[in-house]
Amino acid sequence: MSSELPDSRVPPEAEPASRLSRRTFIAVATATAAVGGGVVVVRNLVPGPSPLGTTPAETPPSGRVSLTVNGKRHTAEIDNRTSLLDLLREQLGLTGTKKGCDAGACGACTVLVDGRRVNACLALAVRLEGAEVTTIEGLAPGEDDDLHPLQQAFIEQDAFQCGYCTPGQIMSGVGCIREGHTGSREEIREWMSGNICRCGCYVQVVRAVEQAAGGK
Amino acid sequence: MHPFSYVKVSDIAGALAAGRRGGRYIAGGTMLVDLMRETVERPSTLVDISALPLRDVTVTARGGLRIGALVRMAEAAAHPKVRATYPVISQALELGASPQLRNMATIGGNIMQRTRCAYFRDVTAACNKRDPGSGCAALGGFNRTHAILGASDQCVATHPSDVAVAFAALEAIVRLVGPDGRRGVAFADFLLPPGSTPEREQAVRPGELITAVEIPALPRPLRSGYLKVSDRRSYEFALTSAAVALHVRGGVIREAKVAAGGVGTVPWKLPAVERRLIGERPSEALWAEAARLAAEGARPLAHNKFKIELLKRAVERQLRIVGGTA
Ligand SMILES: Cc1cc2nc3c(=O)[nH]c(=O)nc-3n(C[C@H](O)[C@H](O)[C@H](O)COP(=O)(O)OP(=O)(O)OC[C@H]3O[C@@H](n4cnc5c(N)ncnc54)[C@H](O)[C@@H]3O)c2cc1C
Ligand code: SF4
Ligand code: FES
Ligand code: FES
Repeated sequence: MSSELPDSRVPPEAEPASRLSRRTFIAVATATAAVGGGVVVVRNLVPGPSPLGTTPAETPPSGRVSLTVNGKRHTAEIDNRTSLLDLLREQLGLTGTKKGCDAGACGACTVLVDGRRVNACLALAVRLEGAEVTTIEGLAPGEDDDLHPLQQAFIEQDAFQCGYCTPGQIMSGVGCIREGHTGSREEIREWMSGNICRCGCYVQVVRAVEQAAGGK
Repeated sequence: MHPFSYVKVSDIAGALAAGRRGGRYIAGGTMLVDLMRETVERPSTLVDISALPLRDVTVTARGGLRIGALVRMAEAAAHPKVRATYPVISQALELGASPQLRNMATIGGNIMQRTRCAYFRDVTAACNKRDPGSGCAALGGFNRTHAILGASDQCVATHPSDVAVAFAALEAIVRLVGPDGRRGVAFADFLLPPGSTPEREQAVRPGELITAVEIPALPRPLRSGYLKVSDRRSYEFALTSAAVALHVRGGVIREAKVAAGGVGTVPWKLPAVERRLIGERPSEALWAEAARLAAEGARPLAHNKFKIELLKRAVERQLRIVGGTA
């Protein structure tokens, strides 16, 4: 089987996506840098002539990232391999966000990045320069005992047993409500399906999201 | 995870320069970070392409749809033009992964995703796709989820993407740019059956970048939809799926696009089913007769014989859902 087609067998592209002729360059920097021209940010601590050398040095390539977590600006030195989840838990001491599978398959690590719910275990921290992150610790409005309406709803609906999945469920629920996928219990179920609960509190979780969305 | 260096590029020329030097593109990262953590993937440089201007959904001059490679699954699914013109694409996207993952994952990354065969992800298992020549643990192993169509004696893994099944049905074109310029690859030629080189999964040349997936214009009105059958109702890969698009005019089916997922080593286009439908009037009997042709050439493994019947029934049901009964 032929693996590709000459362009004659598929119609040519209607409009070019961008200008290939534009002059660009790859810059090397050891710290976070906004470089004009072709490169937004480059992080590479590998010594040597090629910034994209294929053999990493003995010291793991690392860099620095500045991001806002729950309204507070943080700058951290990180190994490039660090996930947002590990940055939050291990370096920033925010252990409310949980690690279940570390593979995108359970939702325990759900946080909001720039307002959208994502799996923090699959987000590399080094890619989050300038990002706004909200975790379970940043959800409640004030310093005192006030709770976010969804946190309150989880208590009222008894939506957890062991509580391990709960921070992820709540952050995902906040995303679900913002996205407007709370039209019915059926819809909530589907749009909360990215969060696994080993204790099987699904019925109560759906009720809590419904309550906070103002559905009841 | 092995150490790697990281570079973020802001335009296509910068990306290609980095790709030419062996850098690995990262878009949503939902597949790549996962496989790097398992040490299945060990890139030495990640090239972050998320700032490239490939995030638009546009109507092409010919009336088709062009979905930029960096459009996120969630954005593509919710896009009014996609929803209105190709519901099959929206449905396939929304029935895949999870809301969180769809907020991260991109269209380009989705069609580049690698198999979910458990032995492929387990670096202690024999796997020709991960380690050519090492054997295939799935052949004599637990192969309930594996392929009944398109397999070779080297590899029997399915392609996991849902939206790729819709793209296969609709005969999409993958737009690429690389060191040698731009080209388009028909979707049927984009994902490669394993043959004797299971480690080669896409017809992408080294350093090439996907810029968009283009859906050719189809005659209107067009009805389309996607059915997914899996062990769990949501947040689970397909055991079998069916993408169907039908153009019916004057009570007669004039155009039919049908493909199945979860059963083949690549999304499985069903030309025999399409031919059986074209020129006929929608009816219960027609759906059943056409669906009977869906599993032609299927060769089940020890644990997945059920997929033959499941495939036929899924196709029949989806033909009925999309085509109705006259
Ligand atoms: C738990 C879980 C469940 C899932 N369930 C489903 C499901 O039910 N259905 C489904 O369809 N998918 C499912 N997925 C897969 C998911 O859709 C993919 O991981 C995702 O689409 C990959 O996109 P990405 O942008 O994150 O890719 P990345 O991880 O960034 O990249 C994936 C690959 O594509 C390459 N690449 C990315 N963009 C480009 C480009 N523009 N040009 C060239 N190469 C590129 C990368 O180099 C890499 O090799 C699931 C994933 C997880 C973790
Ligand atoms: S089926 Fe393919 S991916 Fe799975 S173990 Fe065999 S060779 Fe590897
Ligand atoms: S820990 Fe991130 S999804 Fe399970
Ligand atoms: S409350 Fe125990 S996992 Fe959900």
